[in-house]
Amino acid sequence: METTSPVERLLRGVALTLVVVFFMFPIVWIFLMSFQTNETILRIPPSVVFSPTLENYAALITGKLQTASGTLDIAFMRNLGNSVLLSVASVAVALLLGVPAAYAFARHKFKGSEDIAFTLLSFRFAPPLLVLLPLTQYFQWLGLSNTYFGLIWIYQLICLPLILWIVRGYFEDISADVEYAYRIAGHSWFSTFRKIALPLAGPGIAAAGLLAFIFAWNNFVFALVLASADKQPVTVGALAFVTASGIQYGQIAAAIVLSITPTLALALYAQRYLVEGLSLGAVKG
Amino acid sequence: MNATALSIENVDKFYGPVDHGVHAVKQLNMDVMKGEIIALLGSSGCGKTSTLRMIAGFEPVSRGTISVAGRQVQTLAPVRRNVAMAFEGYSLYPPLTVRENIAFALKAAKLSQNVVEEKVASIAKLLEIEDILGRYPSSISGGQQQRASLGRALIREADLHLLDEPMGQLEPQLRAVLRGRIKHYIKERGLTAILVTHDQTEANALADRIAVMEGGVLQQFDTPQMIKERPANLFTGTFVGEPPMNVFEASVSGTEGRVAFGLEDGIRLEYPAADFSHAVRDALMKRKNVVLGIRPYSVRRSADGVTGRVAVNQWLGDQTHIAADFAGGTMVLVEHDRTNLEIGQPIGIRLDPGSLHVFDSESGMAISHGEELA
Ligand SMILES: Nc1ncnc2c1ncn2[C@@H]1O[C@H](COP(=O)(O)OP(=O)(O)OP(=O)(O)O)[C@@H](O)[C@H]1O
Ligand SMILES: [Mg+2]
Repeated sequence: METTSPVERLLRGVALTLVVVFFMFPIVWIFLMSFQTNETILRIPPSVVFSPTLENYAALITGKLQTASGTLDIAFMRNLGNSVLLSVASVAVALLLGVPAAYAFARHKFKGSEDIAFTLLSFRFAPPLLVLLPLTQYFQWLGLSNTYFGLIWIYQLICLPLILWIVRGYFEDISADVEYAYRIAGHSWFSTFRKIALPLAGPGIAAAGLLAFIFAWNNFVFALVLASADKQPVTVGALAFVTASGIQYGQIAAAIVLSITPTLALALYAQRYLVEGLSLGAVKG
Repeated sequence: MNATALSIENVDKFYGPVDHGVHAVKQLNMDVMKGEIIALLGSSGCGKTSTLRMIAGFEPVSRGTISVAGRQVQTLAPVRRNVAMAFEGYSLYPPLTVRENIAFALKAAKLSQNVVEEKVASIAKLLEIEDILGRYPSSISGGQQQRASLGRALIREADLHLLDEPMGQLEPQLRAVLRGRIKHYIKERGLTAILVTHDQTEANALADRIAVMEGGVLQQFDTPQMIKERPANLFTGTFVGEPPMNVFEASVSGTEGRVAFGLEDGIRLEYPAADFSHAVRDALMKRKNVVLGIRPYSVRRSADGVTGRVAVNQWLGDQTHIAADFAGGTMVLVEHDRTNLEIGQPIGIRLDPGSLHVFDSESGMAISHGEELA
């Protein structure tokens, strides 16, 4: 298997190319669309030849959407800002709560600890719509609807279990004796957690944080129901492009490009951590 | 010198629920004096590591008390017990170099940089790891990791040093050299050490006293010499000593002026009553069945002895091991000369009464060693 014939290599190359094209095509197509007007997008037959325009991006950034029936104000940049705020804050909170909890679950088996950990994970099984209705009510009573605080709280349903389970697997992979060796040399358990466990679990924590960020970023339904326009992230904000006078394909495409760029960039940047972290942590966790 | 460094009283260890889980250590009692080196010897799974981990504070004590330097510690956090430990699995800290790994043990002692460097250099020299001080644990061999881990434990000034199989990964030559140096190092500083080992030579060479464990029970806790000469029970007798003690079931009978042991195959060993003290004779006569033990070094060949047939004759370079079919079992003899015997050849075997260990066949407890009562 070590030496492959040229034919084999060629076939493998072709197969790989096909797979890549199949998965990348929609993204490339969206990317191309984002530089076109609705007219060129909708012409028949479709063609890849067009004169590129930055109109769509300009409209998104200025917030003025030109439609057949006049100018429409959109809050895309604000939505983008909301997405960043909500995702970053949610992941930060989830890390702050989830990492120590993961450590506790990994190191201290107490009565019912498995049950608690599993209950937390089960938040991810339930369809969000199941909890949304009662949640809207609660949020109204508590005065949390349409607040960033409330949204970040509810985003913990997405982020916390993810971080807890991935990071826990990672902590479990660290030999407890490495920590004991440090503790017995005169260090408290807290400084052991900080100086030994945290750095060793670093890649896992990074991977979990990244995944949580992507999941939070892509969330749609919580913000749709629990927040109004000025607090909504891009995933919800993009709905505004479905206007009375038609669907603004070009602008939607541009919005998609803008909104997947941060997660894509993050994922590419942290690819190494992701692979390392997920293959070690998630499988075992 | 006579202060107690470690006192273990009625300690039980259960993994899982108390009284229902795995009973790893049973009713352990043990006192170690300051400045002593103790070897914990026993087969795999007998509870050696569990004992060390309870002393260090990594495993809760199910029952009983542990005192280090006069303080009860069984409920204290490891950090407050002032105990150093070298782990069975080394447990070096991966992102640190060997030098940093050894030095971090001193961090809490707040020594000046110079002192730390000096100490690390001297322990590295002792353990012959000077050339790998700058390397990371993942890039050094198991034996090197083990020495780094040992260095990390030895460098500390603690009330107690717990060393879990600290030299198991080393080649015999290096082990022999380090053994001497480590003993000197410990004795020079007046440290107290408990060392887990599978190597009897190591236990004999290093330890002031050996604690033999089996099945979670402390079998005997005594000097190497006493353990060899006066094993408390059949387990210690057969476990300690290389090659192991020969043992045969026997029935006891006494006639006027004689003591006789009846072995399988109709073999009868008769001794004049005067070969045993009164007390021994009384103790023997009270029993019907016993187990006779004799160390291979003490078995003699003699024309007027009982007949056995040679099954194995092996020259090991400095001694000959002979195994003979005898009384339904095998009798092993060790001779210092190069002996050449034919397989199947009959030989006369003599068992001197002074070398006989007699054990109770039911409890396994020693009844007598030579002419003395156990
Ligand atoms: N964490 C644990 N949970 C359950 N049982 C355990 C645990 N650790 C050890 N045991 C059991 O306790 C007994 C004693 O184990 P221990 O590790 O003390 O043996 P040991 O004498 O150190 O053996 P070795 O020479 O192989 O290191 C064994 O039967 C083992 O299976
Ligand atoms: Mg062990």
